[in-house]
Amino acid sequence: MNINKADIPEVAPTFRLQWEEVQDCYVVLYPEGMVKLSGSAGEIMKRINGEQAIDSIIKDLETTFSENNLEDDVIKFLEVAYDTGWIRNKK
Amino acid sequence: MTPAGLETKSDVKPPLWLLAELTYRCPLQCPYCSNPLEIAKYQNELSTEDWVRVMQQARKMGAAQIGFSGGEPLVRPDLEELVQEARHLGFYTNLITSGVGMDEARVKRLKDAGLDHIQISFQASDEELNNFLGGTKTFQHKKEMARIVKAYEYPMVLNIVIHRKNIDQIRDILEMTVELEADYVELASTQYYGWSRINVDQLLPTREQLARAEIVAKEYQERMKGKSRIIYVIPDYFENRPKPCMNGWGAIFLTIAPDGTALPCHEAGQLPIDFPNVKEVSVEEAWKDSPGFNHFRGFEWMKEPCRSCDEKEKDFGGCRCQAFMMTGDAANTDPVCDKSPNHQELLDDVERIGKLAEQESEHNVAEKPLVFRNMKNSKKFVAEETETN
Repeated sequence: MNINKADIPEVAPTFRLQWEEVQDCYVVLYPEGMVKLSGSAGEIMKRINGEQAIDSIIKDLETTFSENNLEDDVIKFLEVAYDTGWIRNKK
Repeated sequence: MTPAGLETKSDVKPPLWLLAELTYRCPLQCPYCSNPLEIAKYQNELSTEDWVRVMQQARKMGAAQIGFSGGEPLVRPDLEELVQEARHLGFYTNLITSGVGMDEARVKRLKDAGLDHIQISFQASDEELNNFLGGTKTFQHKKEMARIVKAYEYPMVLNIVIHRKNIDQIRDILEMTVELEADYVELASTQYYGWSRINVDQLLPTREQLARAEIVAKEYQERMKGKSRIIYVIPDYFENRPKPCMNGWGAIFLTIAPDGTALPCHEAGQLPIDFPNVKEVSVEEAWKDSPGFNHFRGFEWMKEPCRSCDEKEKDFGGCRCQAFMMTGDAANTDPVCDKSPNHQELLDDVERIGKLAEQESEHNVAEKPLVFRNMKNSKKFVAEETETN
């Protein structure tokens, strides 16, 4: 899929993002299932709030972690997240 | 992964799934119900306070998913209260229901209570067979409820238990799920435990039926990609390797029966093993320390051919209940595995049932009547058991 960096993603209503203390990670919950997110995936997902556009999420991550060139990794993850239906663009 | 035999109590990982069987009361009488035959024995259901305590304890350990199941969980008037508490604790809340006992007002109340997901079961895609199998007239009501569930923006899972009586309707069933806009479809092949086990002669599909159904299921999986996730698993009686039952004994799943018995799976109550009750011990004690939950943890308990098998960490020797039902010893290899010395008996049984099915369909031979799941039939089983003991 083509990702436009001006798009504003949100977590789809049929999924839930949540911090799990015991697992020590963010998880995506859905009917009868749960996916544990890696540290970096969790950092991306928790910034998806239906308010920030993708380019601003990337900038935010780069600032927070003092890194450049995170764009490719973020886009790669977002493709998966759109594809599995975890996130969608806010209309 | 811990090497065989070195598993200690401190290595026990927390449960992720809490299956809350709130009641065995149910307005339906499906002859393939996975509840125990002895449902009539379960008179004392846990109270609201008991369930709240159980949920708090399980959540604290790390359980993230809760399934409100039964019987029919809608029978419990405190369902909304329990859902609200579960959601408040941070559980992802699943309601597993027939839809009977539901109306729009209740769907709304459950939504307000924070319910995440409703799974509705259908018995078939045509009214007559649906109502016959369920033993009640429920088909139109279920369809109506499915539409309401969708309107309230729940993710919708439709569950259809598949067996010989409805497998040839699989295309119509899938069309129905398309019409109802299901997000997930579970074509759940009947597993032969509980009531379905005593009705296996009438319910097990034939190899030919399975082959035809698989083609149709694949067609719809392709067609509905991105819109609806269709899950179809064939009955394990037709496999050569057993299923990794419950992902391992006491590994992820915790079932609490209506009377508070804590079980590693909802079928395990039939095993000759003592299981703890959450009226007497905490969920943590039950899960970590009880002999019942530790019985088949790790690999030490295994016999041959499992013990030296290089696939034991993949399937854990299969299903303990199936091993018990078919061989009399729950520590044996699940006879579904073709390495099991009992595998041939299973093949013979499948062949025998296949011949029965052929006689029914081609020569119009009357079949044994189905035994419906209800309290009257259950009382008979309980009485027979008492006599033999």
